[in-house]
Amino acid sequence: MEQLLTFGIVGLSTAAIYAVIGSGLVLTYVTTGVFNFAHGAAGMLAAFCYWQLTVGWGWPVPVGLAVVLLVLAPGFGLAVERVLMRPVQHLGEAERLVMTVALLSGAIAVARWIWDPNVARPLTVFFADREPFHIGPVTVTWHQALTMAVAVAVAAGLWFLLNRTRTGAEMRATVDDRGLVQLTGADPLRAGRVAWMLSTQLAALGGILIAPTVALDASQLSLLIVSAYTAAVFGWLRSLPLTFIGAVVVGCLESYLTGYLPQNEYLPGLRLAAPALLLFIALLVFRHRRLRGRDRRLVRVPVPSLRGTAVFAASTVAFGLVLATVLSDADLVTYGPLFSLGIIALSYVPLAGYAGQISLCQLSIAGIGAVVWGHLGAQGQLWALGAAVLVSAAVGALIAVPALRFSGVYLALGTAAFAVVLDRWIFTLPSFEVFGVRIALFDQGSVEVSGPNLFGLRLDGTAELLVFASVWLALASLGVAVLRRGRFGRRLIALRDSEAAYATLGGNLLVAKVAVFALSAGIAGLGGALYGMQHRTVTAEQFNLVAGLPIFLVAVIGGLGAVGNGLFAGTAFVGPHVLTGLVSWGHNLVSVMPALAGMGLAHSPEGIVSRFRREWEPLGRDRIALPALLVGLALGWGLRLGDVINGWTFLVWAYVLGEGLRRYAAARQTADPAEPEIPVEWWGLRRPWRADDREVLARGIAGG
Amino acid sequence: MALLEVSGVTVAFGGNRALDDVGMSAEQGRITGLIGPNGAGKSTLFDVVSGLRRPSSGRVRLGGREVTRLGPARRSRHGLARTFQRLELFGRLSVRDNLLVAAELGPERRQAEHCVARIIDQLGLAEVADSPADTLPTGVGRLVEVGRALAVRPTLLLLDEPAAGQDGEETERFATLLRSLADDGMAVVLVEHDMGLVMSVCDEVHVLDLGKVIAVGPPEVIRNDETVLAAYLGDA
Repeated sequence: MEQLLTFGIVGLSTAAIYAVIGSGLVLTYVTTGVFNFAHGAAGMLAAFCYWQLTVGWGWPVPVGLAVVLLVLAPGFGLAVERVLMRPVQHLGEAERLVMTVALLSGAIAVARWIWDPNVARPLTVFFADREPFHIGPVTVTWHQALTMAVAVAVAAGLWFLLNRTRTGAEMRATVDDRGLVQLTGADPLRAGRVAWMLSTQLAALGGILIAPTVALDASQLSLLIVSAYTAAVFGWLRSLPLTFIGAVVVGCLESYLTGYLPQNEYLPGLRLAAPALLLFIALLVFRHRRLRGRDRRLVRVPVPSLRGTAVFAASTVAFGLVLATVLSDADLVTYGPLFSLGIIALSYVPLAGYAGQISLCQLSIAGIGAVVWGHLGAQGQLWALGAAVLVSAAVGALIAVPALRFSGVYLALGTAAFAVVLDRWIFTLPSFEVFGVRIALFDQGSVEVSGPNLFGLRLDGTAELLVFASVWLALASLGVAVLRRGRFGRRLIALRDSEAAYATLGGNLLVAKVAVFALSAGIAGLGGALYGMQHRTVTAEQFNLVAGLPIFLVAVIGGLGAVGNGLFAGTAFVGPHVLTGLVSWGHNLVSVMPALAGMGLAHSPEGIVSRFRREWEPLGRDRIALPALLVGLALGWGLRLGDVINGWTFLVWAYVLGEGLRRYAAARQTADPAEPEIPVEWWGLRRPWRADDREVLARGIAGG
Repeated sequence: MALLEVSGVTVAFGGNRALDDVGMSAEQGRITGLIGPNGAGKSTLFDVVSGLRRPSSGRVRLGGREVTRLGPARRSRHGLARTFQRLELFGRLSVRDNLLVAAELGPERRQAEHCVARIIDQLGLAEVADSPADTLPTGVGRLVEVGRALAVRPTLLLLDEPAAGQDGEETERFATLLRSLADDGMAVVLVEHDMGLVMSVCDEVHVLDLGKVIAVGPPEVIRNDETVLAAYLGDA
């Protein structure tokens, strides 16, 4: 009994922290409509700052606390609201979500840059010098008591703010109708600012309270938010009292699992994964939505021509061949995963770009592909690659069934929870048997991965594997383009644009979603297997949730609807590694770059690939520039193969030549406008509406 | 026998009843009007009939079969198609592809292209066939929704304010289209605020007010019904 009560107190203390963090999450969501994936990261940064001030620089605890909670945290919240969130407020839910994912990824990278993760940074609990007190048979530390008191104070303070102050009334009104509230003289911007500042303060408070009881680790602290997410989902992201109840359930569950979970080699991970599992279950149980109507903010999905895609696929393979021949062995190790990561990023195109299903577990599924290939393809058997794709697809289909009940932010949360369950539990399991079949994952360590045996030819060198992966990326891109042009592609886009209309026309949502999840997971599994081949050994950490976020961000930046996104994302992901050799902090800069680029999303919501395509199209059609480019590239490649120039010189030459000829072709096309005349009444229909059309019309009308 | 039979349907949102013990029917070859002031529950009734919303109580029968517990896709396979008050076009697809998605889901999936070409011609959509649907003016968009519904070859067509955004000439053409659909044996249920259109094409009109059916009858009777006039104009 005593043990039960003791674990109960520990659980309540943890629950109090989750309640504080979760209430901040709810506050931003109800006021601004933004589900802040970076909420835990804000708490993590606050904990690191608090350590820096009080331990690193030896400031008194009250001063350190005051600086973090009253200056840094609200300042950070204000900056996030002003610089990151306000520019995407008019965009869709997906864009706002991407912004917070970028912030999460960036915050972890920045924390690791500033505070070396290999150095231990212990924090002592509050009132560590005081003797614990007793309530009956239960011992309670002063830190635990403080934590619970803070949660009660936060609950009371938030109730007072929301129900007894003008600012609170504004915040509640903003939830219901942002436009309407302005007519009453209230200021939704101010309400948003207050919400961001206050919620960041709550995250900081939670981060500082929990940091002494766990390791001060950027990733671990940021992902503690999963427990707070679960608490918030109990309140359906809107109710503070229910969020507090949810926090108690999660805190006590974790605590009792620690105390009473049987000790064997399969279950320790379950305790760590329990909040994510509970989150998944809570999403399933509490969500009963109607079919989604039409999303008003739609990003175009270009229809690729088969000829254009075939040229693109051939160029992808040619690019692989060129890289394989011009890069040194060391560079091939660094840049080799370009194509395999590109395939993983391409898996987002049918899933998120066409069907609008946001998944944050694609890299985890790629991990399954890598493991299946590692175990079954040890001798390089090609059929094992098919098995890797099929097993990954089966896992994807499994996710799709519950995902039928989620959309938007809830789907992102559900898939993130799935990734965390894989990271913390499934991937850490030792091998086990199901119906007599032995299933091995990462064998609690790493898995050796071999290259394939291609009709008697063993591909084991980095250059060979690079070309092999480039061929698969080309084929996958072709496949996705064919899908986009066909019946299934049309159905996915229809499903994305209006589930309600799709269903009332007889479309089966379950079949379509299972199919696209399976297809996309199969592509990710293929990418994972190829990624594993290039690394030779794979570990679970390479495929965890945090590692997958930058790939998601780069894919979003490329444009989720573009077939060329695979090549772009792969290149953009590994390309910046060129900086690592130039400056000592290059590695850290590379880690931050996807997040920084993701934050620039507001400027190009359709993605960069579409822009590239528009910019480079004139070169592809120019009868002088294109042959000149091909000849120039062939010449440079020949010089490289003859060892006259090195690989980097060739790549710089290729870039300069391409860029110069692109500009030349664009200038020639501008000088020769061949656009057919389109009657004025069809402007905006037969051709896109242009910025200056309104003025042209006005002049025409004025001129009679 | 009526193709659509709705009986005792109630939909409650918390303490409010959007629909209260509503019954109605629609027969093959006839156009049934469903009118009422804003907020009367017309679109909610369409949601219940098409399976997008489960009623708190009541039954929906389609072609004599109980469909109350079936989802929208299964109901579509029983011959039901609808349009929406708030446009629900597949905005990123062209008009042609909007129709193609529907045709490929319907019984004419093997001749989908042919079916789409016929509907484009029938509705006069050739000029905009390759335009993205979300660039269309509202009136044209509504016509595309009608075409999309027709592409699944329905036996029961629910039209939610299809003439909104159309000018007089377009409305006249639309009335002719509705009559020809009914003459071909289709049952049409029309929610519309254009009383001229309703009164000219409907064989029977049901009037909803505050979630209840307050009158049923032919247009000439409904036009002079005191209860209906009071609902629209107020008792004063």
